[in-house]
Amino acid sequence: MSIQKILLLATFFIAAHAHALTTQEAQGIALGEADTRVEALNKAAVSADDKTVAFIQALSDDAVKTSGSQLFVVKDGKAFDPVSGAEKTLPPDAEDVINPNLVRSELDNALAALKLLSKDETQRREALKTLAGENSEARLPLIEKAWAVETVPALKSQLELMRATILLGSSDKAKRLEAAALLAASNNPATKTALIERLGSESDPDVMVALKAALAKVEASLAWGDKLGAVFSGISLGSILLLVALGLAITYGLMGVINMAHGELMMIGAYATYVVQGLFQKYLPGAFDWYLLAAVPVAFMASALVGAALERGVIRFLYGRPLETLLATWGISLMLQQAVRSIFGAQNVGVENPVWMSGGVQVLGNLSLPYNRLVIIGFAVAVLLGMAFLISKTRLGLFVRGVTQNRPIASCMGVNTARIDTYAFALGSGIAGLAGCALSQVGNVGPDLGQGYIVDAFMVVVLGGVGQLAGTVYAALGLGILNKFLEGWVGAVLAKIAVLVFIIVFIQKRPQGIFAMKGRSAEA
Amino acid sequence: MTTPTLTSPSATPVALPVKGPLLTRTGWSAFVVALIVVCAVAPVLNLWVPEGSPLHMSTYAVALLGKIMCYAIAALAMDLIWGYTGILSLGHGVFFALGGYTMGMYLMRQIGADGNYKSNLPDFMVFLDWKTLPWHWTFSDSFAATLFLIVAVPAVVAFVFGYFAFRSRIKGVYFSIITQAMTFAAMLLFFRNETGFGGNNGFTDFKRILDIPIATPSMRMTLFVMSGLTLLGFFLFAKWLVGSKFGRVLQAIRDAETRVMFSGYNPLGYKLTIWVISAVMCAVAGALYVPQVGIINPGEMSPANSIEIAIWAAVGGRASLIGPIVGAFIVNGAKSWLTVAYPEFWLYFLGALFIGVTLFLPNGVVGLVKKLRKGSEQ
Repeated sequence: MSIQKILLLATFFIAAHAHALTTQEAQGIALGEADTRVEALNKAAVSADDKTVAFIQALSDDAVKTSGSQLFVVKDGKAFDPVSGAEKTLPPDAEDVINPNLVRSELDNALAALKLLSKDETQRREALKTLAGENSEARLPLIEKAWAVETVPALKSQLELMRATILLGSSDKAKRLEAAALLAASNNPATKTALIERLGSESDPDVMVALKAALAKVEASLAWGDKLGAVFSGISLGSILLLVALGLAITYGLMGVINMAHGELMMIGAYATYVVQGLFQKYLPGAFDWYLLAAVPVAFMASALVGAALERGVIRFLYGRPLETLLATWGISLMLQQAVRSIFGAQNVGVENPVWMSGGVQVLGNLSLPYNRLVIIGFAVAVLLGMAFLISKTRLGLFVRGVTQNRPIASCMGVNTARIDTYAFALGSGIAGLAGCALSQVGNVGPDLGQGYIVDAFMVVVLGGVGQLAGTVYAALGLGILNKFLEGWVGAVLAKIAVLVFIIVFIQKRPQGIFAMKGRSAEA
Repeated sequence: MTTPTLTSPSATPVALPVKGPLLTRTGWSAFVVALIVVCAVAPVLNLWVPEGSPLHMSTYAVALLGKIMCYAIAALAMDLIWGYTGILSLGHGVFFALGGYTMGMYLMRQIGADGNYKSNLPDFMVFLDWKTLPWHWTFSDSFAATLFLIVAVPAVVAFVFGYFAFRSRIKGVYFSIITQAMTFAAMLLFFRNETGFGGNNGFTDFKRILDIPIATPSMRMTLFVMSGLTLLGFFLFAKWLVGSKFGRVLQAIRDAETRVMFSGYNPLGYKLTIWVISAVMCAVAGALYVPQVGIINPGEMSPANSIEIAIWAAVGGRASLIGPIVGAFIVNGAKSWLTVAYPEFWLYFLGALFIGVTLFLPNGVVGLVKKLRKGSEQ
């Protein structure tokens, strides 16, 4: 780290109550046995001024040399006295100060702890993150000091939590009781672990009672977070399933085409996103954050064009022969996968979240809603509404419905049924591309991206009832939430198996899905 | 007033199709030739003709052909259910793998204490720190019980699954997709370590079968002959089955299931029977396959594998019994050549095969040959 950086860092720290670094202190921190050095370091850190900080930073950067009991901070080939800052000549026998691992980690922790006093809020926030899980009692004075001057409520409560967690390990009974009372209000999963740990080694009955009461309260508030978290991830999974299944709801639900290459059309959408990302990186690095907006229509068009080509080239000749369609589209899916492997390589490619999609909203201590998931939920709703509008209100939608309901009559009315087939299939494929674009933001993008979703997608359409948009929505959300709740109980794989078994049993009872088609078309 | 007398059914002449011979004269000759090739020619060429001779059949060829014959049995099983009954199963890989796993459990026990950990338990159980065999391994040390289970386990699974599926009259694509879900779920289940099937790695490193070392040329040849005999036996059985009244009802179900029902037949029993028979045949193929390739893992249950069985049948020609066997040889021959010579083209080829056969060859290669022959006769 350069001298400018060190100085910059040092200016962040408040000088209040600080006293200047003394030579004695500096020697204590830098020389002697590891244990005594750590002790001296912690003592100095409580009342640190910017010189102390600079010195600790220099130690951490291995920029301190020693000769006898004299210390030198070396910067840019010159040596300075750490206390006075005056330039000195480096004696020829000067040696590097060696930091054992223990000291090194303590130095870093001390630096982080000192950052708690920084004037910059982001610095303080980061320091809190670094220190999370670091419950050494030696840090207590600094944390208490930071807590006293902290003004941002969120950070203050975090500091308080940290303080209480440290107090939990105190040898003073009153302090442990105080800590238990403080921690009861927490809804942080780490608190639960800390409480359970302490319970294991606690011997005082009063404290044990207090700890148990605190644990019960924390668990109660955590349970809420867990439940809401499961619902949210269920909705999130449901939104992805919905996006995946919406395209199928057109190609399979309305047109009756079993398209096993649907997953690969999603893969094309994801790769289109990847390509757009690459183009933005190369030609428009300034607008990189908005590449996703450009990727959405590109992904749609790429998949729609491939879909249209498939319909014209292969699927058209197989209408009315569902099993053959199934096999032929499976063949198409194999070729598309291999084509992507040939072009982009067999490895997964990296698609980054734009900055505005990373991070999340912290709702409860153990419940945070990532922005990318929220955006995808919104996106799924938008696609659903758009599609519902297209199918029910537009001329194209009218034609599509007409052709699927009664092809000869639609044809008699002058509808070019062949063209409508192509449009409808391209639309379904394009929506698959949109799903792929969304998936690229939450999962891996690789040649077998589609394979993992194709079974799920068919399950959603079959469960929801063929030809039913509403059914597809309910099925997607229902399966998503069911899956996530089961995951909480039995783990991901068994949950998946349970869901598949559930669908198989459900189809026994209601072969037509949740919403059966009524009337004549039901028998077709 | 005369009441019109109902003619008794026997009075109307019912034109029962004449029951032809099981195989034609040429058919039988071809069958005998195949039998001789499998039982005599191949063993002689492999075991007694010296290695340098151009007539020598290499171990690689024995392994490859033995494997393909197992695939051909699976394709034949697929043909019975798809070609003759019109039910496309995308889950036959499960039955193939169940047969394979049952055999694999026996082979794992045959390793005895010669594994890496020198324990009586299979290596993967030692690795998982298990002390005793799980319950479903109880009979795995007996060869007779294994043979029974190879048939019984898939039969029970197929019966339960088929009963529920056919009872609620799940048909066509729905059935295909549900079978695909079944194989997907089974694959996930077998991937788990705690189900006791070796997890990801499955079973491998077999050493003996019936206390005889498994990797010797003569043992390989024995397995090869066994596969060939099974294939030929199943072929005759299938031929007899589809020619029987039962087989004709199956074909009627394929062509017009509602009409079959209106004629007073309940398709459930017929469909269920052929479904179970097909599953068992597939399982036997799997059981013969595992000792020859020396490994079984959950990958065999992946949906892709099951659908490949369907393409063997489709390429050769559905609704003919020789077709799927020919198809299995063509596709897998091409696979073993292409994956070595042009690995990146294999999937293109397979994909093109799926599309080409469905678009241009609805009756497969056998159908094409028949058509050409008819054309040249006219």
